[in-house]
Amino acid sequence: MLRRRFFWLVLALIVVSVLFLTLGAKGSWSFTLWFRGQKLASLVLIGGAISTATILFQTITHNRILTPSIMGFDALYVLILTVMIFMMGASGYAQFLKVELFLINLVLLTLASVALFTVLLKDQSSDLMRMVLTGIILGSLFRSLVQMIQRLIDPSEFSVLQSVSFARFNKVDADLLLVSAVLVGLTWAVIWKMRHRLDILALGVVLPVSLGADPNRGQLLVLVLISILVSVSTALVGPVAFLGLLVSSLTYRLIPSWHHGHILPAAILIGGITLVGGQMVLERILHLETPLAVVVECLGGLVFLFLILRKGSA
Amino acid sequence: MIRITDISHQIAGQEILHRVNLDIPQGGLTALVGPNGAGKSTLLSLVARLLKAQSGRIEINGKDLSQYSHADLAKLLAILPQVLTSTHRISVKDLVGFGRYPYSRGRLGPQDRKVVAQVLQSFELQQIQDRFLDTLSGGQRQRAYTAMAWAQDTEYLLLDEPLNNLDIAASRSLMARLKTLAKQEQRTIVIVLHDINYAAGYADHIVALKAGQIVAAGSPQEIVSEGFLRDVFETDAKVVLAGERPLVVV
Ligand SMILES: Nc1ncnc2c1ncn2[C@@H]1O[C@H](COP(=O)(O)OP(=O)(O)OP(=O)(O)O)[C@@H](O)[C@H]1O
Ligand SMILES: [Mg+2]
Repeated sequence: MLRRRFFWLVLALIVVSVLFLTLGAKGSWSFTLWFRGQKLASLVLIGGAISTATILFQTITHNRILTPSIMGFDALYVLILTVMIFMMGASGYAQFLKVELFLINLVLLTLASVALFTVLLKDQSSDLMRMVLTGIILGSLFRSLVQMIQRLIDPSEFSVLQSVSFARFNKVDADLLLVSAVLVGLTWAVIWKMRHRLDILALGVVLPVSLGADPNRGQLLVLVLISILVSVSTALVGPVAFLGLLVSSLTYRLIPSWHHGHILPAAILIGGITLVGGQMVLERILHLETPLAVVVECLGGLVFLFLILRKGSA
Repeated sequence: MIRITDISHQIAGQEILHRVNLDIPQGGLTALVGPNGAGKSTLLSLVARLLKAQSGRIEINGKDLSQYSHADLAKLLAILPQVLTSTHRISVKDLVGFGRYPYSRGRLGPQDRKVVAQVLQSFELQQIQDRFLDTLSGGQRQRAYTAMAWAQDTEYLLLDEPLNNLDIAASRSLMARLKTLAKQEQRTIVIVLHDINYAAGYADHIVALKAGQIVAAGSPQEIVSEGFLRDVFETDAKVVLAGERPLVVV
């Protein structure tokens, strides 16, 4: 059964990709394919990065509602960037290459999130709703801090900032694409190597210890991996709140397996299908101006609400 | 041998365990009994390193607990916790396979598969081996988790109320299996029980805990009496003898 479903997922990704590349193409083919190919690659990369980050987070927190973005990871990334721009000024900021800035940001986010979330996840007995609330409060705290600092900085700097504070899938930075692809690739390789350990870590708090998989060390490593993935996706397309949740819920539903060797590849495929397919339908078929981010966030938000309500009534 | 020396433990300013000294003898079945909230689960958690010892020390085979690596300890000691999450979407067979993780690191070899097949058979789980845990009854699920701990094949096995949800046949067969195994393979099994009759019927030793302190320890014949039930559990139940064995009339 799993094999068949994987077959359909791969087929779906191929079909939406081909449609995305060819539908409504005008002018030179080589240019169109090159241009659209880059977009396609970045959409698959981002969809995959956000999906794997979400699954990893849900594995180490033993729940299927919370995601890195709900817990404020992307907001933290934007906050770090804002503080950096505020402290260096636009001229100081311009001295750095985009890639350099991105890497600095990535390191800072990793340090900050590891510090913050190891404290937050320490008390594993704490109930889910409290975690949800903490996450929402943290997220809005970071966002308000961003807004407050934005008021303090001048308009030229502000425009730099704005481009990173909103989700956008139609324009992706080509400079960052290559370094992002390398980073995500490396991260996926590490995750793939630890897939069996993830199966064990997902069992809860007690059983992993009994089975000899140190949860603290596992958690630390996974937080670092999540930080890298979130940095990449936020740098490329800005913060996306609910895409991860949408994809992970679909994945658990379609792939009824405990093994991360099944779940993670499926999540990457579904993440790619969602973004590529969504963008294709919106841009090429419906010719709508509505950004994909809005649609995805709407759907994901509904899923979040549904999961919370179901959990509450259970 | 598990040697517990002067272990005290506080949670949120409350003393849960108070200067516990206990040697758990090598080989055999030791039943840990006591009223709700006595600190039984806390004591097991300390021995399994789920909780960090605050004062005192715990040695296993003469070596301090903190000197074992997680991976090494998992080949020596397994614990089955009292409260198990029930929403795991894992098949019974996969769960039992996870018991081999300390040896296989997730890649089951021929030896691991053999053990898994044996354990599935001896826990009578073959019929339901492909079912997901969240579709099982409470007793079937409890049996699956116990089978997982069993497959870990450790010298020491700590079981926190494994008879939860089991019917009388499953309870008796589990206890009989534990007893045989402990004897045949020189394994040391510590088991938290609430039914004194099971403790008296199957255990080699009984240790009683009350309000964070050891109040009695010895063989079932030495320990189980009307006075014992009154002191430890504050209940007036009659105890009769069935041959050698003391029997609580409930
Ligand atoms: N995380 C915790 N926070 C606060 N108190 C706790 C915590 N864990 C245990 N306790 C308290 O410690 C005491 C001992 O708990 P423990 O779970 O060890 O008892 P037990 O003997 O296993 O009881 P039972 O037979 O009900 O399982 C209880 O009074 C309990 O309320
Ligand atoms: Mg208990």
